[in-house]
Amino acid sequence: MSTEKPALEVHNLTASYQRKPVLWEIDFALPAGKLVGIVGPNGSGKTTLLKNIMGLMQPDGGYVNLFGKKLDEVRQRVSYVPQRESVDWDFPASVLDVVQMGRYRRSNLFKRLSAEDKHVAAEALEKVGMLPYAKRQISQLSGGQQQRVFIARSLAQQADLYLMDEPFVGVDASTEESILTLLSEMKQEGKTVVIVHHDLQTAYDYFDWIVLLNTRLVAAGSKEEVFRSDLLQEAYGGRLTVLSKIGDLISRKDFPIREGEFKEKEGLGDG
Amino acid sequence: MDKFFAFFSFTDPNVRLVTFGTMFLGLSTAAVGSFAFLRKRSLIGDAIAHAILPGIALSFLFFQSKNPFLLMGGALVSGWLAMVSIEYISNKSKLKPDTAIGLVLSVFFGVGILLLTHIQHTGIGNQAGLDQFLFGKAAAIVKQDLYAYGIIAFLLLAVILLLFKEFKLLSFNPDFAQASGLPVQSLRFVLSTITVLAIALGIQSVGVVLMAALIITPSAAARAWTERLSVMMLLAGGIGAFSGLVGSYISFTAPNMPTGPWIVMCLSCIALASLFFSPRRGVLAKLLQQRKNRIKIVSENLLKALYHLQEQSDFQNRHFTEGDILEQRSFSQGDFHTALKKLKKEFWIMPITEKNRFQLSEKGVEEARRVVRLHRIWEMYLTERMRLKADHIHPNAETIEHIITPEIEEQLLEELGYPKKDPHESPIPYKA
Ligand SMILES: Nc1ncnc2c1ncn2[C@@H]1O[C@H](COP(=O)(O)OP(=O)(O)O)[C@@H](O)[C@H]1O
Ligand SMILES: [Mg+2]
Repeated sequence: MSTEKPALEVHNLTASYQRKPVLWEIDFALPAGKLVGIVGPNGSGKTTLLKNIMGLMQPDGGYVNLFGKKLDEVRQRVSYVPQRESVDWDFPASVLDVVQMGRYRRSNLFKRLSAEDKHVAAEALEKVGMLPYAKRQISQLSGGQQQRVFIARSLAQQADLYLMDEPFVGVDASTEESILTLLSEMKQEGKTVVIVHHDLQTAYDYFDWIVLLNTRLVAAGSKEEVFRSDLLQEAYGGRLTVLSKIGDLISRKDFPIREGEFKEKEGLGDG
Repeated sequence: MDKFFAFFSFTDPNVRLVTFGTMFLGLSTAAVGSFAFLRKRSLIGDAIAHAILPGIALSFLFFQSKNPFLLMGGALVSGWLAMVSIEYISNKSKLKPDTAIGLVLSVFFGVGILLLTHIQHTGIGNQAGLDQFLFGKAAAIVKQDLYAYGIIAFLLLAVILLLFKEFKLLSFNPDFAQASGLPVQSLRFVLSTITVLAIALGIQSVGVVLMAALIITPSAAARAWTERLSVMMLLAGGIGAFSGLVGSYISFTAPNMPTGPWIVMCLSCIALASLFFSPRRGVLAKLLQQRKNRIKIVSENLLKALYHLQEQSDFQNRHFTEGDILEQRSFSQGDFHTALKKLKKEFWIMPITEKNRFQLSEKGVEEARRVVRLHRIWEMYLTERMRLKADHIHPNAETIEHIITPEIEEQLLEELGYPKKDPHESPIPYKA
């Protein structure tokens, strides 16, 4: 496994919706082979951060490296689990259909899935304990089952770095237990797993490494370093009112978010 | 009747042209429309249909020809422009997407009408018959059009077949598609292009105003019957084709009838019927389920009443009349008899020949004990776990007893430690 390079580096990332910044100068790096929590209250920009990492949004400034490279060079090694509520579960598809989507790649455009692809998908379903539900319509699943289907789809991508957005939301206690077991198995195999999580109560037990986020980066490091009451207070206590006021100003007055000259060079591939 | 045979014998080559043309059109627009339906882009379809009009008019003004490929080119350009404008406006301004759609739709359509009026007033306009683009006239399809439509429709279907799995993912979860490295921008472009083409294809026979219905309605109807995407698309195609057939038949029998409204009329009827009769999502299914639930509740209450009667006589008296039951508990007349019939059919109660009496069968006793047990353990749960007072819990238990499944029952019993008595000191009847 590539322990020599950090699995994920985020450099001075600033991102906004309709010119209103929701992430300010986020800068951190994550070591490979760890179970990492991105922790912060609701609306703190966790989902936005993942979207920027996965190239689903264009940041206003800053850049992201994965295994020391640009996303496009390492696509096959990175897998993304979107927030469960981000899709319409009434879509006409079965559990197996959805998990097989994990095998869709640029390389099999126009083609049917191979037997190998189907086998990998079935194996992924088996790992999350959903194989008996393979033929079930996704509209008939419980919240916890939907989460497991999403995780299985991600497993089917056979990546080295997994980014999961709130996989514990709407999940019952026993499913939570089995997802955690699965995650630590993945860690044993040398995978890096990054989990977006809003619940401070459980974060300490679940993760080795924590990124504490609230519009800006509050702290990033091993959980022992990060779980200090002043830092937690900073992330979860009173909202950062000044920053959000400035954000409003920028969006109202149409200020540039970064001045052109200061826009830094994008990190080059293996730099 | 004569007209009916004249039409369905398909001996008239013109009838053949028009009918097969319209059917083919219904099929391909419906198939393309499935993705618009699933992506919840019904309004976009409407906007494009309207936005195509100025393109057609301009192309006619420019080339002075009704060549279908040229008109289609104009349609494609203005349809595309509308789509890009909508996206640009909703991304760059604070307007909501539906406001942007409304804006673009009315501006493009306004310009289209203006141009059309202009064409009508110049000499060439009279024989052009471009006004048929508003409401559609399948009868105006000529052989040359049909070949053009055939080729384009075939292309559309081929693209859908080739990119079926990618379009499926794009409709279900575009973020994931992009994160997986699929060329999402190009896929969107292709999907938009075939949508614009499909709409342009139908404009002549259905018309601008109603074209959006042809895109969305077949899928909405088909969705009611199936949970599988491929089946849904086939069904939608079939419904589209059938409506095309009906539309051109009516247009044939009454030559002044526009085709579009009749196709849409037929589609709407099918869609309404589908929404009503759909086995899982339909109104009828819901009504039937509600009725079934009501009968279940009444028959379980009946069993319970019989059990209570037995309990009150210390299980000495086992034969009761209908009057005894109604004295124990009031039931509405209709439901009471339906439930009684159901209990007899299930052999939960056995009639005793003398004097209209009946008794619980062994199975019936078991079932009655189950309902009483659920009622009493739920009361236990409410007092023990939710700390409700014993005199407040009965009404809630009256409802919940009909809902608790065997698994939940097992869980409740375990949590409560298999209590012997309920909060009112009545014994809890366990399985024999
Ligand atoms: N599509 C969007 N358009 C505008 N604002 C958004 C959008 N998505 C999120 N936001 C805003 O950005 C902020 C961060 O949101 P998000 O990243 O979803 O937070 P989290 O995932 O931590 O709950 C919130 O204030 C939210 O209201
Ligand atoms: Mg979120």
